Amino acid sequence: MEIYVFLAFILMLSIYLGFELINKVPATLHTPLMSASNAISGITLLGALIIAGRTSSPELKTIIGCAAVLLATINVIGGYAVTDRMLAMFKNKKESK
Amino acid sequence: MNTTLFIGICYVISAALFILGLKLLGSPATARKGNIISAVAMLIAVLATLLDQHIIDYRYIAVSMAAGSVIGLYIARKVAMTAMPEMVALFNGLGGMASLLVGVAAIEIGINAFIGFTIFLSILIGGVTFTGSLIAWGKLSENLVGRPIMFKGQAVVNSVTILLMVISCVVFSGSPENTTYLYVVIALALAFGVLAVIPIGGADMPVVISLLNSYSGLAACAAGFAINNNLLIVAGSLVGASGIILTQIMCKAMNRSLSNVLLSGFSAVKNSTLTIEGEVKAISAQDAYYVLEAASTIAIIPGYGMAVAQAQHAVKELQELLEKNDAEVIYGIHPVAGRMPGHMNVLLAEADVSYDLLLEMDHINPRMENVDVAIVIGANDVVNPAARDMEGSPIYGMPVINVDKARTVFVMKRSMASGFAGIDNPLFFKDNTRMLFGDAKETLSQLIRELSN
Repeated sequence: MEIYVFLAFILMLSIYLGFELINKVPATLHTPLMSASNAISGITLLGALIIAGRTSSPELKTIIGCAAVLLATINVIGGYAVTDRMLAMFKNKKESK
Repeated sequence: MNTTLFIGICYVISAALFILGLKLLGSPATARKGNIISAVAMLIAVLATLLDQHIIDYRYIAVSMAAGSVIGLYIARKVAMTAMPEMVALFNGLGGMASLLVGVAAIEIGINAFIGFTIFLSILIGGVTFTGSLIAWGKLSENLVGRPIMFKGQAVVNSVTILLMVISCVVFSGSPENTTYLYVVIALALAFGVLAVIPIGGADMPVVISLLNSYSGLAACAAGFAINNNLLIVAGSLVGASGIILTQIMCKAMNRSLSNVLLSGFSAVKNSTLTIEGEVKAISAQDAYYVLEAASTIAIIPGYGMAVAQAQHAVKELQELLEKNDAEVIYGIHPVAGRMPGHMNVLLAEADVSYDLLLEMDHINPRMENVDVAIVIGANDVVNPAARDMEGSPIYGMPVINVDKARTVFVMKRSMASGFAGIDNPLFFKDNTRMLFGDAKETLSQLIRELSN
């Protein structure tokens, strides 16, 4: 059980850190922030990878794992790509002239 | 060095980069770099995970990842900036579904009740995120009606669903390997996502998207507990926290509590008995041009209508012509203008409007008295002075942009229909307000034509 106490500790610290980091983001960047954090939430991909590659015979769990890998990859790649596209458009006075 | 240790070290580096990336996302000048650093963090985490000894077959992984990358890149390149809210909702849903699947696959014989509980959470939050996001996507892309969907006994159905979820939590956590319980939990989660989002109206979508964004992070967090992965917990809770903060900002901008937004569909809109005096005065584009030509400070206040009319490029063109005429042009952006946080900013950025001209509500309001002409483009509730003056109005207390304090107000609007809140806007009846009826893009091009002659 100690491992879960340790994980809960990580949880607590990360949530505080998240609050501190995001509080400072200006309103102009809320959409890119949201789509970037959306991409980060695709971190579930790591769990999906381990499940998808655990056996070489395509049993039910492998299929579930592969579906999860597929969806999480779309989430991650699409999320980062679209955020980059958006942020490339943000220019200030100097840059746009 | 053994592999597990190596993976652990990579995870630490990855977590540090995620945090650095989010920090850099906090300023427009460094945001792009921040996003790339965050993507690098993800890449390191994925590559390290592929070294895991439990992975013995890479074929299916390679195929799934290749397919996912192609689809993701395709969507990201094709999507129009005006369609950004629904796309974020869609991606969010996929992330939720992935967490649900990971939760399901983490079930093994002989796991204890605590792991059972974390699996339950990961399935529940993931499922709610999935169907909730799909409904939000449907509403935003107008595949579903935007207005609140309600049916008889909705409150009862919701209460029963929540009760069933609590019961299934206890039963499922006790014996997670029982597939019948598993199916019940999945079905309940999916159903609840639908039930929770259908009664919420289109204009409240910024709150819903922020909240679902937070859920997708929390689902990843729960999956992290279920499979004992600390990086999932770190990244998931960063996302969870960010979504919660955005939700709070959106609620505050509407002067409503979260529960009011989520449950307001259940209470009928109050009929205000307050009467508005005055008459609506329309103006032609040509007359508007004479006023604009003489103005030296002009404030533009965009709303969802600008997104619908895809008028952001025309707005930018008007801005340039006005600036050539030696006028100062600023923009006033209300936090809940549009369908997601920061929606207007992205559209104007696409049209190459520099971000230092986009003023937040608190910065533009003190300057409003010195503004010669305020041009409202497709916004309604966020500029409604009733929120300030008329006690008893459904939006009373909501902070608004005080366009009525400007010397002249032009309102571009399709017709006299009231905004989302279903209430009249006294702004349209004020002495200094002139209405420019018609499609915003049409009207703007007429003004542009007049100005360029």
